Amino acid sequence: MKDFDFIVVGGGLVGCSIAYGLARQKHRVAVLDGGDRSFRASRGNFGLVWVQGKGANFAPYARWTGQAANLWPHFAEQLTAESGIEIDYQRSGGMHFCLQEQEWDERVSEMELIRQHTDGMFEYEMLGHDQVKALIPQISSNVLGASYSTQDGHVNPLYLLQALQQGMDCHQVRYFPNQVIDKIEARQDGFHAHATEGVVSAGKIVLCAGLGNRGLGDMLGMDIPLVVDRGQIMITERLQPFLNLPTLHVRQTAEGTVQIGYSHEDVGLDDGTSPSVLKKIARRAVTMFPFLQRVRLVRAWGALRIMTPDNNPIYQQSAECPGAFTVTCHSGVTLSAMHAGPVAEWIAGRAEHNQINHFSTDRFNVSQN
Amino acid sequence: MFRRIEQTGSDSVTVRIDNREFQVPAGISVAAAVLLCGFRKVRNTPVTDSPRLPYCMMGICFDCLMCIDGVPNQQACQVEVRDNMAIDYQRGAAELLQQE
Repeated sequence: MKDFDFIVVGGGLVGCSIAYGLARQKHRVAVLDGGDRSFRASRGNFGLVWVQGKGANFAPYARWTGQAANLWPHFAEQLTAESGIEIDYQRSGGMHFCLQEQEWDERVSEMELIRQHTDGMFEYEMLGHDQVKALIPQISSNVLGASYSTQDGHVNPLYLLQALQQGMDCHQVRYFPNQVIDKIEARQDGFHAHATEGVVSAGKIVLCAGLGNRGLGDMLGMDIPLVVDRGQIMITERLQPFLNLPTLHVRQTAEGTVQIGYSHEDVGLDDGTSPSVLKKIARRAVTMFPFLQRVRLVRAWGALRIMTPDNNPIYQQSAECPGAFTVTCHSGVTLSAMHAGPVAEWIAGRAEHNQINHFSTDRFNVSQN
Repeated sequence: MFRRIEQTGSDSVTVRIDNREFQVPAGISVAAAVLLCGFRKVRNTPVTDSPRLPYCMMGICFDCLMCIDGVPNQQACQVEVRDNMAIDYQRGAAELLQQE
C-alpha cells in the first residue's frame, strides 16, 4: 500500500502548485495526474498574471487575486531558485484596450468598483490614446485608450508548469501519470484512491482535477458546480519585440512569439478550434495592431476554461468527508502563488484563513425559508 | 557537401542567395537549392542566435526559415525556386513589416 500525508488529484497548474506548497512544508505528497488525452487548461492558456477586471462582481475575489499578484515576485524567484527553470515572469504592468466610448465608460466603472472592493489596494489608471502610444508605439489609432495597472504581469505558463513539476521533484513528491480513478473510499484511517497505479492512500485528499472535479467531488460528498468555457488562441511566427507589456487580447512572449486570443464559447467538452471564432479574434487584433495582418500564424488551439456559475474560485472542505478538499478555479496561473502558499497552508491545517470561507460552495445554495 | 542523385531535367533557374547569383535546377525547393549551393546555414535562431540548416525537408520542423523575396520566416523546404528569386538568411526574429 502506498501511504502519504496528502493525495493531490490533478497535475495541472492548480494541482502542482498545491502539491509543491504542501511538499515544501515537508509533507509526503502523491500527485495522481491524468493522461495526454485529458483536457489540459494548463497547457492551453495565455499566461497572464492578472488583476485588473477580476472580482468586480465579488469583492473577496478582487482582494484574493490582488494578493496573488503581490506574492508573485517572491514566488517566481523562489520557484526558479529551487527548480533551476527560468519562467519569464515579468511584472511589467498590463493593459486592456478600449475601442469605443461605451467600452471605456464600462471599463471605468468596473475598475472603480474593484478599487473600492480592495480599499484602494488595486491601483489603475485610464490612459488616453496618446499615453498608450507613448508606451506601445505600434498601437493603431482605432484604440481610444486603455485601462492600465502596474500590478499586472505575465509569465510563460508552460515553463511555470515545468518548474512546478521540477519543484515537486526537489521536494520528493511522488508523481503518477496516466491515472484513472474508479473510486475513492473515505474511511476512519484516511482516504483510499483506487487508481490505475493501484490503491493510493493518504490522510487527506485534494481535488484539483479541473473539469474532473465534478465527478470526483460526488465520490466525496461535494457538489461542485462547473461550467465549461472554451477559449481559442492563435500563435504567430517570432517577431522583433514590439509589446513590452501584456494586454488581455495580445501578448508577446520573451522569445518573440505573439499570442492572440480572447474568446468565450459554450460548446461542451470540445477543445478544438473554429474558423469563425479565429476570424473574429484575428480581426480584433488587427484593429489594434494593423501590421499583424502581414504576420504569419504558425498554429492555433482551443482549451477549456474551468468556470463556476459566478466565475469565482471554489475552495471547499467536504462537510461529509472532512479532510477532503476541492480547489477549482480558471486562473491557475495568477493564483498559483496563492495555491502554493496560503491555500496549501490552509489545507495542511497550519493556518486559519478567514478569506477562504468566502469561496465555499455555500454561496450557490438557495437559502430555505 | 550535397549533390543531386538524379540529373534528368535540364531546366534551370537563376536565384540570388545572400546576394550572390546561382543557377539551380527548376522545380526544387529553396531549402534544396541552398544546400546544393553549399551554404552552411539558413538562419540564426531568435533566442540563442545559433546557426541552423534545413532538417526535416517536409514542412514539419520549421528549422529552415528564410527570408524569401522580402517576406520573412518562410519555410524554405515548402517553397519552389523561381527565376530571379531573392533568398536571404533569416536573422533572428522577423522585423515588423508596416502597412504601405
